[in-house]
Amino acid sequence: MIPEIGHAALWLAAGLALAQALAGFRADGGRIAVPAALLQGVLCAVAFAALTWAFVKSDFSVALVAGNSHTAKPELYKWTGVWANHEGSMLLWAAVLAVFGALAAIRAKGLGERFRTVMLSAQGFIALGFYAYLLIASNPFARIVPAPIEGSGMNPLLQDPGLAFHPPLLYIGYVGLSVTFSFAVAALLLNRVTPEWARAVKPWVLGAWSFLTAGITLGSFWAYYELGWGGWWFWDPVENASLMPWLAATALFHSVGVLAARGALKNWTLLLAVVAFSLSMVGTFIVRSGLLTSVHAFAVDPERGIFLLVLLAIYVGGALTLYALRAGTVTAGTPFRPVSREGGLVVNNLILSAVLGVVFLGTLYPLFLEAATGEQVSVGPPYFQTALLPLLLPLVAVMAAGPLMRWRAMDWAGLGRRLVPALVLGIAAIGIALALGMRSPLALAGVALSAWLAAASVMIFRGRKLKRVRRIPASVWGTALAHLGIAVTTLGIAVSGAGTIETLANLAPGGRLSAGPYTAQVDDIMPAAGPNYTAIRAMLSVTGPDATIVLAPERRTFVNPGNETTETDIWPRLTGNLYAVLGPGDGSGRWQVRLVWQPMIALIWIGGMMAAFGGLISMMQGRRRREDME
Amino acid sequence: MKPKHQRLALAGAAVAALGIAAALALPALQDQAAYFYAPADVVAKGVAPGQAIRLGGLVEKGSLTRSADGLTIHFRVTDRLESVPVDYTGIVPDLFREGQGMIADGRFDADGTFKAETLLAKHDEKYMPPEVAKAVEKAEAAAKARPEKPTP
Repeated sequence: MIPEIGHAALWLAAGLALAQALAGFRADGGRIAVPAALLQGVLCAVAFAALTWAFVKSDFSVALVAGNSHTAKPELYKWTGVWANHEGSMLLWAAVLAVFGALAAIRAKGLGERFRTVMLSAQGFIALGFYAYLLIASNPFARIVPAPIEGSGMNPLLQDPGLAFHPPLLYIGYVGLSVTFSFAVAALLLNRVTPEWARAVKPWVLGAWSFLTAGITLGSFWAYYELGWGGWWFWDPVENASLMPWLAATALFHSVGVLAARGALKNWTLLLAVVAFSLSMVGTFIVRSGLLTSVHAFAVDPERGIFLLVLLAIYVGGALTLYALRAGTVTAGTPFRPVSREGGLVVNNLILSAVLGVVFLGTLYPLFLEAATGEQVSVGPPYFQTALLPLLLPLVAVMAAGPLMRWRAMDWAGLGRRLVPALVLGIAAIGIALALGMRSPLALAGVALSAWLAAASVMIFRGRKLKRVRRIPASVWGTALAHLGIAVTTLGIAVSGAGTIETLANLAPGGRLSAGPYTAQVDDIMPAAGPNYTAIRAMLSVTGPDATIVLAPERRTFVNPGNETTETDIWPRLTGNLYAVLGPGDGSGRWQVRLVWQPMIALIWIGGMMAAFGGLISMMQGRRRREDME
Repeated sequence: MKPKHQRLALAGAAVAALGIAAALALPALQDQAAYFYAPADVVAKGVAPGQAIRLGGLVEKGSLTRSADGLTIHFRVTDRLESVPVDYTGIVPDLFREGQGMIADGRFDADGTFKAETLLAKHDEKYMPPEVAKAVEKAEAAAKARPEKPTP
């Protein structure tokens, strides 16, 4: 019964989405669109709760539950298992979309009734497509008769707290950008590209960006400890799928800032708003179609990819056509001088766009090539590293200068004076790194840039009195924290990249291996058991200059579904992580053991979370408060 | 600066950024993109030693051996039409087994052995890398078309 309620709620929500979409064509459509948006939020919550109920109660008469769950699965994963499969994750997508639609209906009053109606109408069109996709191609509530007694279980790689919360964060980010998209569509149709529009849209972009940042950071951390390779980014299509909307959203909230404060970059901001959500849908398409081979690829049905591709073509094509038709009617923005905060943000946007172009080409080239010639090709880390480094280094370098520049106009000398501390710290950092034995020029550049950016991020507070610390606007705190976060991440990337030491040995109990300052001895290799798996566990006693600990990596064998996973054991500290992996045995009592010393690698994720919090703080900026005009 | 000039300058800067992106991306794509080869493609077209490629197929049953130090494995990868030898040093992926699909990035050495740098196996029980599925299908179709050649 309960799954049917969920199914019915989804149909009702689809009907409401249709009404909401059509309401935009009526002058008094607001009377329909607003309640429709609110009700959809409720109905999708009901549908989602119904599916959650089916998973938690292990109702195997629901095909999706039978195919992806098991009674012996740990409780947490019965809850999070709802979205650890295709249909459930698409329902989560639609539910987040509906909740955002309802929030937009409540929050977007400032731009007038007509604007809100048209914006909600655009939102309704998007929702309609995804309801159609769910109800026609991926019904999560389909029943099977007869119901199996036991389900076939959940992929053990997904049975992990990191991955349990990675998709919802990412989806909030992806789907949050739909609101920006609808705002842009309404602004184009009603000719409302004004600073007020930018101020209304900015919190949505910042919120979406913050969740995307947190989701990507968590996903990277999951891949690091769960896949057992020790890397934190693999330039895999699925990872790039989340990186592309992130890059667009990063460019977007910077250009929205210019539009809000100075009334410039109107057309460009609109284009970015369209592109950002389009890339969210491209990302969903890449992940859900399974058309690209990826380390994250799971069994999926390519037929569904076609459905998503059609949706993508309609929305992206429609929005870009609208943009092409209407962009000419947008009034010219306020001019500004090249050396100014505006100019700095233009440079930021140009570099980010170039980065986005490089990532887009590398990610989708295999699809284009196969469609055109039938040849299959893979584009991996060497491409991305070669093509992106010349862009990322200058990006971090100019990031430091941006917040220190004045709106309207700034002289080079004044900017130079503000950057002196950053320059001094950057040079000092090179000296320290050299003294500590770092020799790689690339890593030295990374360390110097990190110190340069960190110092400049603190300089954002220059001239503000400690007594009046409460009056510093939230956006200043947010900018400083986010930029500092990027500096921290940069330091982590540079130091861990240059200083990682890795050893692999085939050892019997009693054998030793070392990595960096640490030596591990295999004390024992023994069987272990968990709630739904058995395991072989290695006990490694690790001695180093500062401490002695025990690491216990495992190889787990799951039943239902049968699978093996490698469980790394990590000793994480700010100075560095010691990463241990147990490989397969060779049948003669020896086992492969991999030990990796990765200095400062944790900073990569700490910096990512700092940036995400920085975004959230900026979002909290009260609407009444004027932009920081200096 | 007049608004119109400003627009032109900004559009020019955007085009320049696009140009820089293309100048960085296209040569890198040319050098670094790894073409996918199934064993039958390797035999038919030939691959120069040292060229980075992606090799995919099934791990041939009965071919997996381990060197004395226990760290390097040797096996043959097949599309059921042809097979080529592969060496890999490191911890193999969890679902790496004889008879299962796999994908390896690496290069052939002068003796015709594929030195795998990374090895991808299946991520879950149901998954088969699409390239491998296609290669095996193609090879099986080719084998059917030439019944005189016994399939290995």
